[in-house]
Amino acid sequence: MTLIDLANPTRFLALTARVLPWLAAATVLLLAIGLYQSALAPDDYQQGATVKIMFIHVPNAWLSMFVWGVMSIASLGTLVWRHPLADVAAKAAAPIGAAFTFLALLTGSLWGRPMWGTYWEWDARLTSVLILFLMYLGLMALWRAVDDPSRAARAAAVLTLVGALNLPIIKFSVDWWNTLHQPASVMRMGGSALDKSFLIPLLVMAIAFTLLFVTLHLAAMRNEILRRRVRSLQMMQASRVAFSSEMGAAPRGQNASKEVGAA
Amino acid sequence: MIMSLGPYASFIVTSYAAAALVVVILIGWIALDYRNQTQRLRELEERGITRRSGRSAMDAS
Repeated sequence: MTLIDLANPTRFLALTARVLPWLAAATVLLLAIGLYQSALAPDDYQQGATVKIMFIHVPNAWLSMFVWGVMSIASLGTLVWRHPLADVAAKAAAPIGAAFTFLALLTGSLWGRPMWGTYWEWDARLTSVLILFLMYLGLMALWRAVDDPSRAARAAAVLTLVGALNLPIIKFSVDWWNTLHQPASVMRMGGSALDKSFLIPLLVMAIAFTLLFVTLHLAAMRNEILRRRVRSLQMMQASRVAFSSEMGAAPRGQNASKEVGAA
Repeated sequence: MIMSLGPYASFIVTSYAAAALVVVILIGWIALDYRNQTQRLRELEERGITRRSGRSAMDAS
């Protein structure tokens, strides 16, 4: 099956029906391994056991940006290639991305209180991630505000691409400004600054959460395709009802001429 | 072996519990949405409203 075959929603539904159980099983397995390794990870010499929050916080923070990246590519698919599933993918990803961003903010706040002495600080990293969360909510509101999915898709695609400008700001905020948040310690020039005892559980959890996103995203896309089928069938039903009531309301003679014409 | 989480155990446990809760809500919402959409499609098809192709709207083959 090639990528172009997936442009057909029916083929896409067939694919999701086949791969979803496997993806869900792989996600559960990797999450179990990651949680076990996180539990066994040693305490940090400075942070003590609070370092365990990192295994939840960092994957969610990565995914908050990754999901917006996926939505940006899907938005290009909507505006440039007019791929029939592109706006389905963008719409389905937004609530999942919002949930990951919310978790990144919440767990970061719970990590910040014992380490920084505060739950929140209006510094560049925290503020830019909060803006990302608000943009997710704005996109979800936009999708709900416009009835016609194709019109909503174009507006949402433009907003998503404009919002993508926030991604490099989030990534480099710790380098460009003086912030409470630590600079990058995994993906940086010269390799990771983390010891293997922390790095391995972190990477396993990151892969597990990414698989979780892929699984949930495919399931949410399937739901969105079904929702659009419901909508088109309801419109078909409404037009049939309108047509039959129009026929019923027309004068007898007019009806007769229509029947002759139809015959 | 009992894991010792030190003086900030409540912050660690709350973080993991919140993550678990949000993930469970996401899974539940998506599963419920799937059930609702398939049920609405079934009701429409039972009333004789079908796709132009004549195939079931829930058809994935």
